[in-house]
Amino acid sequence: MDMNRRNFLKVAAGSSLLLASGTSADAREARKLSPDAVGILYDATVCIGCKVCQSACKEHNKMPVEHSSKDMLWDDPVDLSGKTLNIIKLYANGTGITKDSEVDGYSFIKRHCMHCVDPACVSACPVTALKKDPKSGVVSYNKDACIGCRYCQLACPYNIPKFEFDKAFPQIRKCQLCDHRYKEDKFSACCEFCPTGASVFGNVNDLLAEAKKRLALQPGEYYKYPVAHVRSRETSYRPVAKYQGRIYGEKEGGGTQYLMLAGVPFTKLGMPDLDETSDAAFSENIQHTIYKGMIGPGVLLAGLLFAAYKSTNKKDE
Amino acid sequence: MKVDEATEASIISGLSRRDFLKFCSAMAAVMGLPLGMGEQIAEAVATQKRPPVLWLSAQECTGCTESLLRTNHPTLEKLILELISLEYHETLLVGSGKQAEEWRVKSMNENKGKYILVVDGSIPVKDNGIYCKIGGKTVMSLLEEMASQAAAVIAIGSCSSWGGIPSADPNPTGATAAHEVLKSKGIKTPVVNIPGCPPNPYNFLSTVLYFLTFKKLPELDDQARPKFAYGRIIHENCERRPHFDAGRFALQFGDDGHRKGYCLYKLGCKGPETFANCPVQLFNDVGAGAWPVGTGHPCFGCTEKGVGFTLPLHSPARPKYITPPGMFPHVDEKRGHGTTIAAVGVAAGLAGAALGAAAVTAKKLGKEDEEQGKSGSKEK
Amino acid sequence: MTEAKPIGGKIFTKPFLVCAFFVAIAGILIIKRYIFGIGAVSNLSDGYPWGIWIAYDVVVGTAIACGGYSMALLVYIFNKGEYHALVRPALLASAFGYTLAGASIFVDIGRYWQAYNLFLPWYSQLNSVMFEVAFCISLYIFVLWIEYSPVFAEWIDAKGLRNTLNRVMFIFIAIGVLLPTMHQSSLGSLMLIAGKKVSPLWQTGFIPLLFLISAITMGYSIVIFESIVSSVGFRREIETPILSKVAGLIPVLIGIYMVVRFGDLIVRGKLGLAFAFDLKSVMFIIENILYIIPAIILASPQNRVKTRQLFIASALMLLAGAVYRFNAFLIGFDPGPGWQYFPSFSEIMITLGVISVEIMAYMIFVKKMPVLPSVRHA
Repeated sequence: MDMNRRNFLKVAAGSSLLLASGTSADAREARKLSPDAVGILYDATVCIGCKVCQSACKEHNKMPVEHSSKDMLWDDPVDLSGKTLNIIKLYANGTGITKDSEVDGYSFIKRHCMHCVDPACVSACPVTALKKDPKSGVVSYNKDACIGCRYCQLACPYNIPKFEFDKAFPQIRKCQLCDHRYKEDKFSACCEFCPTGASVFGNVNDLLAEAKKRLALQPGEYYKYPVAHVRSRETSYRPVAKYQGRIYGEKEGGGTQYLMLAGVPFTKLGMPDLDETSDAAFSENIQHTIYKGMIGPGVLLAGLLFAAYKSTNKKDE
Repeated sequence: MKVDEATEASIISGLSRRDFLKFCSAMAAVMGLPLGMGEQIAEAVATQKRPPVLWLSAQECTGCTESLLRTNHPTLEKLILELISLEYHETLLVGSGKQAEEWRVKSMNENKGKYILVVDGSIPVKDNGIYCKIGGKTVMSLLEEMASQAAAVIAIGSCSSWGGIPSADPNPTGATAAHEVLKSKGIKTPVVNIPGCPPNPYNFLSTVLYFLTFKKLPELDDQARPKFAYGRIIHENCERRPHFDAGRFALQFGDDGHRKGYCLYKLGCKGPETFANCPVQLFNDVGAGAWPVGTGHPCFGCTEKGVGFTLPLHSPARPKYITPPGMFPHVDEKRGHGTTIAAVGVAAGLAGAALGAAAVTAKKLGKEDEEQGKSGSKEK
Repeated sequence: MTEAKPIGGKIFTKPFLVCAFFVAIAGILIIKRYIFGIGAVSNLSDGYPWGIWIAYDVVVGTAIACGGYSMALLVYIFNKGEYHALVRPALLASAFGYTLAGASIFVDIGRYWQAYNLFLPWYSQLNSVMFEVAFCISLYIFVLWIEYSPVFAEWIDAKGLRNTLNRVMFIFIAIGVLLPTMHQSSLGSLMLIAGKKVSPLWQTGFIPLLFLISAITMGYSIVIFESIVSSVGFRREIETPILSKVAGLIPVLIGIYMVVRFGDLIVRGKLGLAFAFDLKSVMFIIENILYIIPAIILASPQNRVKTRQLFIASALMLLAGAVYRFNAFLIGFDPGPGWQYFPSFSEIMITLGVISVEIMAYMIFVKKMPVLPSVRHA
């Protein structure tokens, strides 16, 4: 069996691809936070689980009621869905008595789109249906572009984009940070109606500064938590709980515009434990290395054309 | 007896100014008006000539009147002798027969365009309205006659507001709401509906006083009901609401949940689809719990057209505004769809079929190989 | 060189009717899907947005349809004319496999009526792996049918057309090799962006290379498998000598694949996960055993001349590639605690319908058109 030449060529072709895909010499820079980016700071230690944010979100985004129990009495989704863009979930352990305690305690967690600084969904979408606003950083959806491939769902590390599986003409649904309300000089409904200041809206840099300030406080100390907006003069004066010493979203997956503070480890609250690099950059780096300027495929095609021409012409003779 | 008479005398002879102001403030509170309005109402009531009121009873049970008789602030006597001038009311009138009818006509002519017409009971319209007559005239014609000259019409009770019991299927008399009859006759006098069976008398009194004070009707909803009384569903103000949100229900009269005061939804409470202020206004001035749900009986939706006397008493309500419950989904709630017997069966069947086919083919090929091996390169 | 000829015979045979029955069921279910939405027929959820329709119909389906690609690579690029007889059936199977994968996408995507947005430059998103895959596969479907078009030309006896096609065919052959190289590797790259949702046993920067090598290997396997099955099915002689030559490539390719697969796991220090003996680890072990067995069988030249061994080895290799793809897309994919997925009955039936259409079309084509090489004593 004369396989030597074939083998050699195979190995050569294989190893060139291997080199191309394995290394990322030409790394795409992770996207940076816009100075005007807006976001939300959610403090689980301040949240009382009243679900006003959930109701307000439904009302101001005109989302339908979702039933999960047989009685059909409540708007009681078990997770975000094509009908629910914002949800309060519960972590409970043991007796579940002490708030913000990992053992025998409980904590709420408010879930919606994280508005990543370098969003995987935007990188994944083949038709630009998901876009990140260069100024506000809001990740929004355009149903006229979407083909419904659901690659964004697969890509999102937080499982945020939701699909209307129950509709003949479905859409992707996700939190768009109430960007339709900015025109009226209003901001995210979940923050505007939050009575305790658990969710505050604002510039992401302000939110980060506020979050760092809170982390520096001593448990038991009293602090004036701004309500609704990070720059609001309305505050709620309350004792500080014991925080996990980090801000979720400051670095996760390249950073997010929805930041979280909590007294319970974030993985227990259902938040994925992510690296500091974004999956979008990881994926695009490999793709870009292979397809940069289409040079690689171009050279390959030239070689293939030559080989094919030679072999087919020989045969015709 | 003597004590009672004395008390009664003091009530009839008049309230102290302080008590009177207190009453007016209470009325203002029912309507959700600012506190200062109490004085304005008091002034309006004190300085003006007592407004003439004519009360027309159609197909009714006198329950609305009975409920009005039981008000304490003011008492009915105070109401009809000092606050309003009750010109005509079949139950309360001293005179009767021809005398009463003559007074009605006289009063109507004297107070043309100024009097308030109160209607209780539904208006039979079938067979030209012959099923209810007063003094030989059908109430349908009486209503037409009296409403056309009134300043405003107040339809008290569910019967006159939307038909009530008499309009229940099969509705043999063609019982119709007062405002519908007026609309069909082209009479444009404004109408206020105070539905309920019976309605809370304070909702009625408040409406009357509002009209006297501001010379206009209070803000009404799309069914011409005053918003201060019928703006929200019972469910929203119900003292048992926390039990609903937590999913704690009485399942039978007298069961453990019922005794503990759990939500009555599963006993057929129509609170989630009935607009009324019963849980905040209460009845009979006896304090907390004095309303149907408070006593342990589900609301049957007496104020609501299409609910009361229409839906079965113990059928579950169709909640009007659905809100999140007091329960929380857990962080890692089970989601998605797992295996089903059919799916696993089909998958296993296909895998088996493929495996079987492959095995059979392999076996067959094995034989062919052997045959070929034996017969050398001989072709078949 | 053997001439290709239609094999003739009855169309409505028993296997054909069984297939037709499955297609009818799938047809009804697909109508249901278009009226009531994807959730009405499938177990797809927000956690598992992709199920067997993607993992099987598209990812495995197109890999199995790599026969045309693999044979073109061998015959035209590495200039091995002796395998020419295998090209046509392989191309046919490829054309069906890709066309059906392309068609079945329209069952899976939610907003199918806007699918053309992919080709509108103002919507195209060049950073998206999905864009590359979708664009490339659509293009390849056209290229495949052009590559196959000489068969039509022969069938309708258009000599002029045939000659013109022959003259330009080398362009399409070259593109027809380039495109699968691109998208078969990119099908693997699709999972890169899922990051930590994919188990480290499958999530690697080398996934495009692994997908490409295994797709080529599956291509050679399907050529062998299909050749044996159609010989048995249509009672024709088996071209064992030529098949055993093709089979010789498989252990080499598997060898390269295994070096990359395990080298990568060892370098990343994730090999330990393979011995956790949970579902993922067990599936990983099964997957790799399925790769190793055909490599061992076909490594021995004696086995390569035995039809039975060829059949078993090629079937196992196809299974290995399929399991690898299922693992990378479904078993190794974990959207987080609480999520679960198993295809629904209807979902499986629709996939079965797609496979049945493919088999039925193959039967019609080989009976009516010059696809299979004529046998001396046919």
